[in-house]
Amino acid sequence: MIFRDNQSIYLQIAERICDEILENKFPPGERIPSIREYAALVEVNANTVVRSYEWLQQQEIIFNKRGIGYYVSPEGKHHIKAIRRERFFNDELPLFFNRLYTLGISVEEIDTRYAEYLSKYSNK
Amino acid sequence: MLKVENMAFSYRRNEYLLNKLNVEITPGGVYGLLGKNGSGKSTLLYLLTGLMKPQIGTVTYNEVAAFKRTPEMLRNIYLLPEEFDLPEVSAEVYVKYNASFYPHFSREEFNNYLQIFELPPVKKLSQYSMGQKKKFIVSFALATNTPLLLMDEPTNGMDIPSKSQFRKVIAMGMNDNRSIIISTHQVRDLESMIDRVLLLHDNTMILNEDVMRIAEKLEFIRTTSKEDLQGCIYSTFTPEGFVGVRPNVDGVDTQVDLESLFNAVIANPLLVQQLFV
Repeated sequence: MIFRDNQSIYLQIAERICDEILENKFPPGERIPSIREYAALVEVNANTVVRSYEWLQQQEIIFNKRGIGYYVSPEGKHHIKAIRRERFFNDELPLFFNRLYTLGISVEEIDTRYAEYLSKYSNK
Repeated sequence: MLKVENMAFSYRRNEYLLNKLNVEITPGGVYGLLGKNGSGKSTLLYLLTGLMKPQIGTVTYNEVAAFKRTPEMLRNIYLLPEEFDLPEVSAEVYVKYNASFYPHFSREEFNNYLQIFELPPVKKLSQYSMGQKKKFIVSFALATNTPLLLMDEPTNGMDIPSKSQFRKVIAMGMNDNRSIIISTHQVRDLESMIDRVLLLHDNTMILNEDVMRIAEKLEFIRTTSKEDLQGCIYSTFTPEGFVGVRPNVDGVDTQVDLESLFNAVIANPLLVQQLFV
């Protein structure tokens, strides 16, 4: 795993697990790898993965069955999408709006292009 | 587990290589021991394992002086020195004669590590190249399952793919009952593995902090524009852009860059130490 520089590693690992849950690599209700297995996989200290799993538990994306392991919550995907939507509206959209504003791009133009994108995307 | 109290050590009269050293090693951490060449990293490892005796202060393992090298201590500590030799025997014979000193040695884990390192079987260990010897001994060291494992520059002599294999075996060999101390100047090799930084500089332990706490206190910046470096206590220019270190004021954790941390502490020891009081 190649880590980006500007975010702490434990969050990047949590994000990666979120991606894997969304891709159904770990379906709802299924067990995810143990902390040590995941640490070996991404080559980090186990304590870092402990933090990632704690964060995922707080967000109710995974849950812990004592003594057995960590499982994907039935509502895990839903929670991931909710978190990512919120992040999109708070962090990414203002930057996007700023681009539109400085480049003088109208929302109508975006609307047209988004419709084009959707038709291409749905044909695939 | 291992405790260093107000310790000083010198090779020459009145010239302390290490002075006023206080460190405690507790189970469950990967300690990165950093320092310039000649700063006393290896010497400290020898002192911790009782191969040398401090002139002042104490080094104790479970309250007993390390220098006594009691059997109780020796079966709980493994030191992998930077330079070592493997005898002209097979792996089988090596394990037979050495594993018996370590009550928690695991044959299964040992084989597993050898497999991750992709070590081919040989008739005699002396046939291995330097890098391969290192992989063999690292596998053995981890498989001893001693509560304390000290490694002096373990990634020296390893090629690029082996460094990734090394991180894997460390992640697998680590557990809450065990601490691993790794001295290195190849900080990039181990950045993601270390959860506590021990930094030797100016004859003493200038920094002894959890990586998590370092991320709380210091912000690590990588940027293409010089303006972003405001308030930095250390900054430098690299081919990829500027890197800088400054006090973390907005409370968002960035990834700790050990190389910049090292340089920042050396350039500005007092300022950094004040942040961690």
